[in-house]
Amino acid sequence: MPSLKDLKNRIDSVKSTRKITKAMQMVAAAKLRRAQDAAEASRPYTERFNAVMAGLAKAAAGSEAAPKLLRGTGSDKVQLLIVMTSERGLCGGFNSSIVKKAKSHADKLVAEGKTVKIITVGKKGREQLKRDYSEYFLDHVDLSDVRHIGYDNAQSLARDVIARFDADEFDVATIFFNRFQSVVSQIPTAQQIIPAKFDEVESEAEQTGMVYDYEPSEEVLLATLLPSGVATAIFSALLENAASEQGARMSAMDNATRNAGDMIEGLTIQYNRSRQAVITNELIEIISGAEAL
Amino acid sequence: MADMMQFDLVSPERRLASVEASAVQIPGADGDFTAMANHAPVIATLRPGIVTVQGANGEEKFVVTGGFAEISPEGTSVLAERAMPAGEMTQEVLDDFVTAAVAARDNATPEMHDQLAKQVGDIALVASELGLQAKV
Repeated sequence: MPSLKDLKNRIDSVKSTRKITKAMQMVAAAKLRRAQDAAEASRPYTERFNAVMAGLAKAAAGSEAAPKLLRGTGSDKVQLLIVMTSERGLCGGFNSSIVKKAKSHADKLVAEGKTVKIITVGKKGREQLKRDYSEYFLDHVDLSDVRHIGYDNAQSLARDVIARFDADEFDVATIFFNRFQSVVSQIPTAQQIIPAKFDEVESEAEQTGMVYDYEPSEEVLLATLLPSGVATAIFSALLENAASEQGARMSAMDNATRNAGDMIEGLTIQYNRSRQAVITNELIEIISGAEAL
Repeated sequence: MADMMQFDLVSPERRLASVEASAVQIPGADGDFTAMANHAPVIATLRPGIVTVQGANGEEKFVVTGGFAEISPEGTSVLAERAMPAGEMTQEVLDDFVTAAVAARDNATPEMHDQLAKQVGDIALVASELGLQAKV
C-alpha cells in the first residue's frame, strides 16, 4: 500500500504528463491544419500533371523510343525502396505501420531472389529498419531541419534517385508513405514511381475527347516531364506523409491525454480512500485510548 | 470585348491564379505565344520567363521556371515547377534561381549542356526585364 505522500506525487506527475500531452495534441492539431492546407494546395497541380502525363504515356507506351523512366530497364532484379517516415516519435503507430509495410515488401522481394536497396527519409524509420535491414541501406535523407516541406526537397531527392537510375543502380523504385485518410486513419501505401505508372489515371484526352497538339514533339515533352513526374510523386507523398504524421500524433496524444485523465481519477479515489482510512484509524486509536482510561 | 477563358496558374506548392482572362502570353520552350479563347488544344513546355495575363482587372505578370502549359478552347492552365507573381521576385530569389541553374549546367552531361545553358540565359533575360541583375 503506497503512502499518502507517494500517491500525491504520482497524481502530480500524471497531471503534468497530461498537460504535456494536451499541449502536444494542440500543437499537432495546428500543424495538421497547415499540412493539410499544403497537401490540398498541391492537389490541382498533381491532378492536372498526372492527367496530361497519362495521355502522353499511353501514346508512347510500347514504342521503342519511350524514355527509360517510363519503359523501365526491362528487368526488375534490383529494387529500390524509398521509405518515408517522420523525424520525431510520439505519433502512435505512424512509423511502425510504414516500416511494417516496407519490411514485408522487402522480405517478399528477397524471397524472390531480387536485390533490395533502401533509401530512408526520416530518422525514425531508419532506426526501426537498422537492425535487420542495414545491409540494404543506400542512403538517408535528413529532413529534420526542414520546417515546411517544399517542392525543392522533393526535387533534390528526385534528382538523386534519377541519377542513380541513370547509373543503373536499380531497376524499379517504390515509395512507402502513409496516405492521409482522416485524423484517425492513415493508410500505409506503396507506390511505384520508376518506371512511371499512370494506369489508374484517366488521361485528359479521354476526359474531354480532345486531341492535343504537342510542342515540342511528344517524345521530347515526355522526356522533359518524366523527371518532374518523379518529383511530383515524391512531393505529394511527402505532403501526405506530413499530414498523416500530425494526424497520427494528434490522435495518439488525444488518447494519452484521456488515459492520463482516467489515471488521475483512479489515483484520486485511491488517495481519498487511504486518507479516510488514516483518519478513521486515528479516531479509533484516540477513542479506544479514552475508553481504556 | 474579347471572349474570356479560364486561366489557372498552379505550382506544386500553391495555386497562384484562377481567373478569367482574355489573353495569356506564354514563354514556350520553342518561342513565346499568346493563347486566347477558342485556341486549338496544345500542350507546350515552358522555358523560364514571364507569363502575362490580360484579365478583367488589367494585366498581371508571373515569373515561371519550367513546367508546361495546357491550352484548350475553354481555358489555359500553366503548370509551373516554380512560379510567383512578378512583384514577389527579389534579388535573393533570383540569385537562388541563378545558382541552381548554373549548378545544373555545370554538372550536366554534354548533350544536356546547351539546353541548360539556354536556361541560364533565359533567367538572366527575365531578370533584366524586371530590372534586376543576374550574377551569372
